[in-house]
Amino acid sequence: MHIDAFDQYQESDSLVHRLDPRVKVVVTALFILSNALLPDGAWAGFLIAFGLIALVAILARLELWRVVKRSFIALPFALAAVTIAFAAPGPPLFSFALGPWEFTVTVPGATRFLSILLRSLLSVQMAILLTMTTPFPDLIHAFRHLRLPHSLVAIIAFMYRYLFVLSDEALRLLRARAARTARLDDRAVGGSVLWRARVTGNMAGQLFVRSFERSDRVYNAMLARGYQGHLYTLSPHEMSGFDWAALGFFALALLALQIFARIG
Amino acid sequence: MPIVHPEAAQVSAGAEATSDNALDPILQIERLTFAYPDGRVALRDVSLTLHRGEKTALVGPNGAGKSTLMLHLNGILNAANGAVKVAGLPTSKENLPRIRGIIGLVFQNPDDQLFSPTVFEDVAFGPLHMGLPEDEVRSRVVEALSQVDMLEYQHRLSHHLSVGEKKRIAIATVLSMRPQILALDEPTAGLDPRARRRLIELLRERSETMLVSTHDLLMVRELFPRMIIMDEGRVVADGPTEELLADEPLLQAHGLELPRC
Repeated sequence: MHIDAFDQYQESDSLVHRLDPRVKVVVTALFILSNALLPDGAWAGFLIAFGLIALVAILARLELWRVVKRSFIALPFALAAVTIAFAAPGPPLFSFALGPWEFTVTVPGATRFLSILLRSLLSVQMAILLTMTTPFPDLIHAFRHLRLPHSLVAIIAFMYRYLFVLSDEALRLLRARAARTARLDDRAVGGSVLWRARVTGNMAGQLFVRSFERSDRVYNAMLARGYQGHLYTLSPHEMSGFDWAALGFFALALLALQIFARIG
Repeated sequence: MPIVHPEAAQVSAGAEATSDNALDPILQIERLTFAYPDGRVALRDVSLTLHRGEKTALVGPNGAGKSTLMLHLNGILNAANGAVKVAGLPTSKENLPRIRGIIGLVFQNPDDQLFSPTVFEDVAFGPLHMGLPEDEVRSRVVEALSQVDMLEYQHRLSHHLSVGEKKRIAIATVLSMRPQILALDEPTAGLDPRARRRLIELLRERSETMLVSTHDLLMVRELFPRMIIMDEGRVVADGPTEELLADEPLLQAHGLELPRC
């Protein structure tokens, strides 16, 4: 009984898969930074950035459409910026009435909102490509070798290891509840909403207490094997000439993109 | 279904061999008393001595204090009263790193024992934190995984394994530290018969001193010449396994039962 939905990694032997994970993490971070720096309304720039995504997806032998589809998960978050479409001053694009209120979308407002939307979609797409082409343990190694703070990397590593254990535990709780959700012929199903809410609350509490107790046991297991407050790792990755070339290519491409978006 | 014990002769031979080492105690526990912060007394005046090479089983009902005792062996819990000495070293703060290299403690739940993303990293954790150089760590990981017959699993993710596989790898995580004592908490709990059999064969081949807490009395009879019974935090019996297992009133008094075969 496992939930593997968190594992996005797609096994393959493509050029992208073979890249050193550090290169992929750095390129992803640079790409996201570059997106954030692209000016509002630099449509050609956004198109070129999407071209880079497509290039990586093709080299990684992944279906571009699947990557795009997955990136829609960022849409609800981008909606938080929707107020900008109304708030930015400038010539009106169109107005609509909602009950007693009148809303006016301005041209600079719409431009800015669309730009934010595209930036977030592009950034999430690159992050999706990163997780689809890099096994998670390699990502953790990359973080360690890139000198991210130890405790942060440790938290990510433990989260990855125990997310599965925890979701399995939640699944077992849900099954136990389902197995005892019975019904007599002449009665309505279940109790009141309040009662159901209390059951769900208890389950969440159970899950928390179990995780808390488990963290104690895991810490003991670490102590028993010589942990003294500092995590060590082996360094299984070495940068090849190809890794450096890929890093250089992407850094230059992103630099060129920035210059182009500002001039053009 | 009857279970055959072709190794019965070897077991008694092992019992004789341990008597030769009677002068070489590797683990000494003296008058240990421990209460949890909530007031529950888990250990009451527990004393026992293990000699080098001795294979000892620790049995008793749930809540008898077996796991609590295990946690005292390498100083994870510290009793207010009593003393634990490992290879002559008292479990004081300065000695703990060395003691933890001498005692390989394997916890009951392999999901607690295996906390790294991959099998390789988990087995490497102990040697790495003992400060060994990288080449040595790698060769020890390969050695330990081969010893439990799991070498081909080194790049797998721990959460994708079966319970039996996890239990074997959990043992490899301490074998890679080359401990002198193996302290295992319920190694056969939750295993199907085939996985249990493989685990028993694995333990049979080890030469380390062993203290194994278990409810599996058939395994005790097969592997461990000496048996300690705990109940309500006390050691209530300590002696040759065959003698204690033949004492039915004793077993019954402490909620133990040897399956008939």
